[in-house]
Amino acid sequence: MDNQKLSTNPTSLKTRFALRFIRSLTRIKMANTPVSSMGTLRKRSQTIKLAADCSMASAVGSKRSWSRSALLKIRSRARLHAFAKEKVVTKKKKKCNRRDVGEVVIQQEVMGANELRQIVPGGESMEFLNLLKETAHYIKCLNTQVEVMQNIVDLYSPST
Amino acid sequence: MSSRSSRSRQSGGSGITEDQINDLVIKLQQLIPELRHRSSDKISAARVLQDTCNYIRSLHREVDDLSERLSDLLSTTDITSAQAAVIRNLLTQ
Repeated sequence: MDNQKLSTNPTSLKTRFALRFIRSLTRIKMANTPVSSMGTLRKRSQTIKLAADCSMASAVGSKRSWSRSALLKIRSRARLHAFAKEKVVTKKKKKCNRRDVGEVVIQQEVMGANELRQIVPGGESMEFLNLLKETAHYIKCLNTQVEVMQNIVDLYSPST
Repeated sequence: MSSRSSRSRQSGGSGITEDQINDLVIKLQQLIPELRHRSSDKISAARVLQDTCNYIRSLHREVDDLSERLSDLLSTTDITSAQAAVIRNLLTQ
C-alpha cells in the first residue's frame, strides 16, 4: 500500500522517523520516575505524542512547509514552557486575513479550504495549490507515523 | 491526460488553473480510505477536502491513542536494551 516507504531502504522516511522516535522514547523512559497516578500517565502520553510529532517533522526536515512550521511551533512552545509552566499557547487559531486575491478566495472557501488550513501545520499562510500538496505529504507522513507507533505497541504488548 | 480546459481561472497573476486544482484534489482522494475506491464516482472537491479534514483528525486521534498505550507500556517494558531488536523488527515489516 505504501509503496514509497519500502522498509528495506535505510534512509527511508519510515526508518528516519522510527530511529528518532525510539530514541525519544528511551529518553522519556529514563527521565521519568515510576508513573503511578493517572495525572502523570496522561502527562507522559502527551510527551510521547509530542515526541512522535517532533520526530516526524524532524525526519522530514526543512524540505516541506508543514514540517518547517511544525518544528518552529514545537521549539517556540518548548521555550514558552520553560518560562511559564502552564502557558502552552495554542497559536493555531490565527485569523488570517491576508487573502488579497478575490476570486480564488471565494473558490477556496466554497471548497472548505479554511478548515484544512487549520489542521495542516502552517496551512494558514500557504498558497492554495501548495496547501493541497502539503496536505498530501502530511497525510502520508501521518500514516507512516501511525504505522510505526502501532508496530512498537504491538512489539511490546504482552502476548496473551 | 488532462486536456487544458479553456476555462482557467486567472487571479492576481498567480495563474492557478482548474486543472491543477483538480489534479491535486484527485491525488488527495487517493489517499483517503473512504474515497479511494470511488474514483469512478464524481466526488466534489469540497467533499474531498471535508473528508481530508476528517481523515487527518482521525489520524491525530490514533496518534493520541497510541501515545497513551505507549505510555502504559513504557513503565513495564525495557525499551532501552531492546532498541536494536525493535528497529530490526520494524525494518523487516
